[in-house]
Amino acid sequence: MNIIFLTLGISIAMALVFLAAFIWATKKGQYDDLTTPSERMLLDDYEIKETKKDEKEEKAI
Amino acid sequence: MSSAIQVNKGIMDRIIYDDDVVKMFLFATIFWGAAAFIVGLLAALQLAFWPANLELEWLTFGRIRPLHTNAAIFAFGGNIIFAGIYHSTQRLLKTRNFSDMLSKIHFWGWQLIIVGALITLPLGYTMSKEYAELEWPLDIAIAVIWVVFAVNFFGTIAIRRVKHLYVAIWFYIATIITVALLHIVNSIEIPVALFKSYPVYSGVQDALVQWWYGHNAVAFFLTTPFLGLMYYYVPKAANRPIYSYKLSIIHFWSLVFIYIWAGPHHLLNTALPDWAQTVGMVFSLMLWAPSWGGMINGLLTLRGAWHKLRTDPIIKFLAVAVTFYGMSTFEGPLLSIKSVSSLAHYTDWIIGHVHGGTLGWNGFLTFGVIYYMVPKLWNTKMYSQRLMNWHFWIGFMGILLYYISMWASGITQGLMWQAIGENGQLVYPDFVETVMRIAPLYWVRFVGGALFLIGFLFLIYNVWVTIKHAPKKETVSYVEVPPLKSDVTAIGTGHRKLEALSLIFTVILFISVLVGSVIEILPTLSIYKYLPSSEKTEPYTPLELAGRDVYIKEGCYVCHSQMIRKLPFDVLRYGKASTIAESMYDRPFQWGSKRTGPDLARVGGKYPDMWHLRHMINPREITPNSIMPSYPWLAAKKTDYHILRKKFSVMKMLGVPYDDDQVANADILAEKEAAAIYEELISQDKSLESVKDTELIALIAYLQSLGQKTSSEEVSPSNN
Repeated sequence: MNIIFLTLGISIAMALVFLAAFIWATKKGQYDDLTTPSERMLLDDYEIKETKKDEKEEKAI
Repeated sequence: MSSAIQVNKGIMDRIIYDDDVVKMFLFATIFWGAAAFIVGLLAALQLAFWPANLELEWLTFGRIRPLHTNAAIFAFGGNIIFAGIYHSTQRLLKTRNFSDMLSKIHFWGWQLIIVGALITLPLGYTMSKEYAELEWPLDIAIAVIWVVFAVNFFGTIAIRRVKHLYVAIWFYIATIITVALLHIVNSIEIPVALFKSYPVYSGVQDALVQWWYGHNAVAFFLTTPFLGLMYYYVPKAANRPIYSYKLSIIHFWSLVFIYIWAGPHHLLNTALPDWAQTVGMVFSLMLWAPSWGGMINGLLTLRGAWHKLRTDPIIKFLAVAVTFYGMSTFEGPLLSIKSVSSLAHYTDWIIGHVHGGTLGWNGFLTFGVIYYMVPKLWNTKMYSQRLMNWHFWIGFMGILLYYISMWASGITQGLMWQAIGENGQLVYPDFVETVMRIAPLYWVRFVGGALFLIGFLFLIYNVWVTIKHAPKKETVSYVEVPPLKSDVTAIGTGHRKLEALSLIFTVILFISVLVGSVIEILPTLSIYKYLPSSEKTEPYTPLELAGRDVYIKEGCYVCHSQMIRKLPFDVLRYGKASTIAESMYDRPFQWGSKRTGPDLARVGGKYPDMWHLRHMINPREITPNSIMPSYPWLAAKKTDYHILRKKFSVMKMLGVPYDDDQVANADILAEKEAAAIYEELISQDKSLESVKDTELIALIAYLQSLGQKTSSEEVSPSNN
């Protein structure tokens, strides 16, 4: 049963990492705006018709 | 800095998305999906109609079932996750994937692993740990490819052009980090041959690690990535923002903090200490809230667009998928209540529960995503809305038949196992009687699975024709973003990638530190300090160990548990409840999770050797209505005695108390044991000469040892 210390340890370590990520996200202002992100993701990107060759040229820009 | 902006005034960076890798993963999803469903259908047929095992060792249920689960989860599920993540992440972060080369390595590496599984699992190379059956070379390959994926993904985050990380991205992050850890920790094993290894954990420890992994495979492979997909594709398909972005953030953080603790609910009422069971149960119950928060959030996204349910098949698929997510996450915590588990555990109810989640939630979400993605990627429209509707209804009927038949089967059989008569005796002492009662439901399930597959064939045809008729000119998606302040030369140049490395480095460092500490802790774990001194367990003899590996190879654990629960009806049927000490040398543990056949924890000494021999060659000779496959090849294949020395030395290294003499002479000792069993058999039936030294003899030795290795000594009260 001492394996429990291993799984508990890892689970707690991961929880701490996620906690750090949460604090990071909050401090960095990730959650300052909770309305526009859900709207913004709806905006579609441009679509262009091109051949593969053109794509390579585009990449070079 | 300011000069860079001026130089580029009015000029936008044009970023072209890498959709080639998305298309490749999409094709792989469809291809492996068909394979997974066909193999699953075969497995369903085998339970309804035993001759479908075809008397071929590669196609018996014990080997087919792991093939089905691995193909469904990691090939079908895995590929759609990767397709969706690469497709949505680029668009959410307004950047091309970090590295095209890594994307390609990721794709081909993953497909090679799947092919590896497709070859090794039918050949019987298995760890016998559910959803982690693959042997060590493939385990290493999975870890490497997963790291490639992680580098590519975190690199993409690092070079992103949008500061805000949309909630889907967070779900992807949690998936990548957690799966890496779970996989590595659960797969620590010592090789004895190219495709054979023993886990470092044994018995209850192996059980805990396995179900810590196993439950989280469901949580972080079939739930969090698909939730990420839900948060992207449901709003996109409905063209409406998610109902509450705030709720989605709460959903994410509460889920990642709670999910990882729920594993022990797979071991309720077993020999696992009660407090650990209770912890698992409580956390499972807590999962109700965040799961339903997410489900409601997904469904309410359709507010004001409910009419689309009538007209848009994509919305139909997605809405039903989210509904099944709600049902599965309601049923899961319910099943985690100890008393409910005592009825449902080991029965088909669990199989139904799982398929409600996989067919309904994962399957239908995947179909919705495919129908959304294909027209976008090929710049066209789906060939036939009618076929999509047919797919929806046929698939939906298939899931309902599957789910309902398995509920009925599980509850029926569970209640029959529990039934105790007036005088305290079992009402159905004959196990096979409970199997015969549910056999018709196996046919219903088979029909359900067949419908689901037929629906999927419609998808294949529809997608194929759509792509064939798509405009021939290649289409690329791009986005124009303002140039970066620090770096005017767009993405893909050295400097930006270098910056990305710091994030990647942090993540990899975290994972390696954790894995490092695991390896340091490990040596202390093999000591069973907590075992009561009154119980003494003998390690397996050489022949028993050889037989045990045959048991594992044939996948016996798929249908037979070795764990008598602390429940009156279990004890009445199978004998004294199992203890931790009894499986202390079991690598891997064989507690099992399903009783398609009876528990075997105390089968040792119950029947004569001849009974086992006849039963393995043809179970119906002993039990006329048995649905077990026949294993005639066991009576033909010779046992590999030579490798036993190596196996024993590895076991000794892992802390099993063998002396040097036993290790050095393991093969000779095994041969002697086998000869004794053989002599006994041949004295009863002279025609059995050919079974000498076969795997069947080894298997009999193992089966006869079950429940016989542990003795409790009487301890005087003063010592307690």
